[in-house]
Amino acid sequence: MRFTKKAGRGTALVALAAASTLVAAGCSAGSLGSSSGEGSAGATEITYLLGGSTDDVVASGKAMIEAFQAANPGITVKTDTRPGGSEGDNLIKTRLSTGDMSDVFAYNNGSLLQAIKPEQNLTALDDQPWVGQLDQTFADSSKGSDGKIYGGPLGTAFGGGVLYNIPLYKKLGLEIPKTWDEFMANNEKIKKDGSADPVEQTYGETWTSQLFVLGDYANVEAAVPNFAADYTANKVKYATTPAALAGFQHIQEVHDAGYFNKDFASAKLTDGVKAVATGKAAHYPQLGAVATNIPLVAPGKEKEVGFFALPGNDASKNNMTVWPGTSALYIPKSVEGDKLDAAKKFIAYAATQEGCDAFIKGSPPQGPFLSKACKLPAEVSQVATDTQAYFDSGKSSPALEFKSPIKGPALEQICIQVGTGQVDAKKGAELYDQDVKKQAQQLGLPGWD
Amino acid sequence: MASTLSTSEATRLAPATRGLKDREKKRPGPYPYWFYIVPGLIYTIFFIVPTFTSFYFSFTRWDLFTSTWIGLKNYQTFFAEQALVIGLRNTLIYAVLTSGLKVVLGMALALLLTSKIIARGYLRSVIFFPVLVSVIGVGLTFAVLMDPERGLINQALGVVGIDGPGWLTNPSLALFSIALVDIWKGVGLATVIYIAGLVSIPGEYYEAAEVDGASRWGVFRHIMLPLARPATATVITLSLIGGLRSFELIWAMTKGGPGFASDVIASVIYKQYQAGFYGLSTAGSVVLFLLVTIIVVPLTWWLNRAEVS
Repeated sequence: MRFTKKAGRGTALVALAAASTLVAAGCSAGSLGSSSGEGSAGATEITYLLGGSTDDVVASGKAMIEAFQAANPGITVKTDTRPGGSEGDNLIKTRLSTGDMSDVFAYNNGSLLQAIKPEQNLTALDDQPWVGQLDQTFADSSKGSDGKIYGGPLGTAFGGGVLYNIPLYKKLGLEIPKTWDEFMANNEKIKKDGSADPVEQTYGETWTSQLFVLGDYANVEAAVPNFAADYTANKVKYATTPAALAGFQHIQEVHDAGYFNKDFASAKLTDGVKAVATGKAAHYPQLGAVATNIPLVAPGKEKEVGFFALPGNDASKNNMTVWPGTSALYIPKSVEGDKLDAAKKFIAYAATQEGCDAFIKGSPPQGPFLSKACKLPAEVSQVATDTQAYFDSGKSSPALEFKSPIKGPALEQICIQVGTGQVDAKKGAELYDQDVKKQAQQLGLPGWD
Repeated sequence: MASTLSTSEATRLAPATRGLKDREKKRPGPYPYWFYIVPGLIYTIFFIVPTFTSFYFSFTRWDLFTSTWIGLKNYQTFFAEQALVIGLRNTLIYAVLTSGLKVVLGMALALLLTSKIIARGYLRSVIFFPVLVSVIGVGLTFAVLMDPERGLINQALGVVGIDGPGWLTNPSLALFSIALVDIWKGVGLATVIYIAGLVSIPGEYYEAAEVDGASRWGVFRHIMLPLARPATATVITLSLIGGLRSFELIWAMTKGGPGFASDVIASVIYKQYQAGFYGLSTAGSVVLFLLVTIIVVPLTWWLNRAEVS
């Protein structure tokens, strides 16, 4: 109000500025609108959002697209990458809810699939020719609450267990542990020997901390067969079920015994893989899938890393917890017409032997394929061989996230709290039960309100 | 700086504005009312509507697709969250620590940089430079420098025989390491505000003090400190608000870890959002909004009131 003198001129100026802003805004909105329609003129072009942005994800995606385009000349596939972990979850949810999703996208099946409401947001793929060839656990964990299949198979299944250094085991004359006590006894011997850290942990990449708990689920189920259903119905808890609490206790025991590597608080996944491949560490509890990194971080050591299931209390029931793929391929409901056909063709291709072969060119297999139409090559990594043995002998059981829609998002931080001695195992399990409650309520499951 | 200017200007221009106001009563405003429509619309669409819808969604369980009304349950859950209890405490520690040290260091540096020293202009730019660098860039750089095994800081300490701590990996140290970086990055702005405050103190006061034989400390205590009060108020307000809502630096350096040891309210909110608890994280934002308001509004009022008297 102080500028009364200049009011006339000021008004004109501001009006002009406002008008030009409006014009500018109008222009950009228009050009945005037209650009999305351009691609459909000649051949069909679809976009494929990869399940991450790491080298192996990008390489396997590219290899598959090249092979697919060669087999389907009328279709071009463009790729897009995204972050992994919870940042990726968020991106997927946001893009789905704003109708801005790529024509095909790779995302987790199991509990995370339920969180994106497949019935509302995705195209059902029940009628597809590959449905009959699916691995049963994969098929079960790629369904919506309406029982329809929404996800197509991508790549291989893999286990969650302990990567171990084979030369070190040979040198110290150790045997693969079948119970937790045997595992701790091995650690004691390795510690005494002094040439390697008994257990590698890599809290610099938080998600890697969860394997003691997630990978122990086969043992939980062996002790409490009905755990998954009761857990989903809010009848059993981690903190009050001894078999489930064991996972948290194991972290605490290993930490208290001083078995971790010195840089456990800041090391990253690749540091851990390198440590176990070169013999700097003896054990690395991890997903078998990370063995893909061995040729990159420790060339020539592919045969020196083996894999065993996390040991529990009962040696006769020492099964491996397995992940029937961490990702499947989906089509959002918004995709229609030519693009929908092309997207379906692309997913069908991924389920064929050619598609599988192309995929493993970029990302070496660490377990059996999810589509029964695909066969593994003769030469595979030691980790894949070890994992396959558990599958073949029927000693594999899917991780909890494939049997229950609930998985607390803060598990990785809670495991780190236990692993750095900030809270004890019991408290950690209680915290996780609280965390899970939020997820269950968000999903609107009965028995949690 | 804005508040310093506006308050001092307000006092200086007080008689003039009063005169203006009298005139305005007789005449309608210079702008036609329709002229408010466009800014009003922008303000409504981008501020009022989101604010009030966020109040609404904080009372719902919301998954971006559908929402159900659940009353105060989100707030209940939010306050039962252990990360939040840690986060709340950390937020207060972080805000008070960073803003307190920015006041002290900012004042000290301003005293140094207003005195007659060599390369004063150059040093002023050096002090201000970190303010211009991207927060994320600073965070990532320091995360590398502070790595316990491979970081430059601990390697340098190792050369002189000190076994450096895990700056960001020790749960009881992580928050303070981040606060230190925040101070390093933000002290330049506090210094500039203080320099402006000190330079604007009229020379007569110093001359009078000199005549009266005041000591250097006396000059600082009784002239510079009280007369730089508007600058102090601005520095405290800006850095306290900044500290309370700090997020980027913490996220870039530790993501709230190890565990939840360096979580603040903003990072807890972000994690709930990432996890897909949209209603819960909205409730968290409302809590943060209320917290900032409850602390900063009375504080600003008190600082400015004392300044006028």
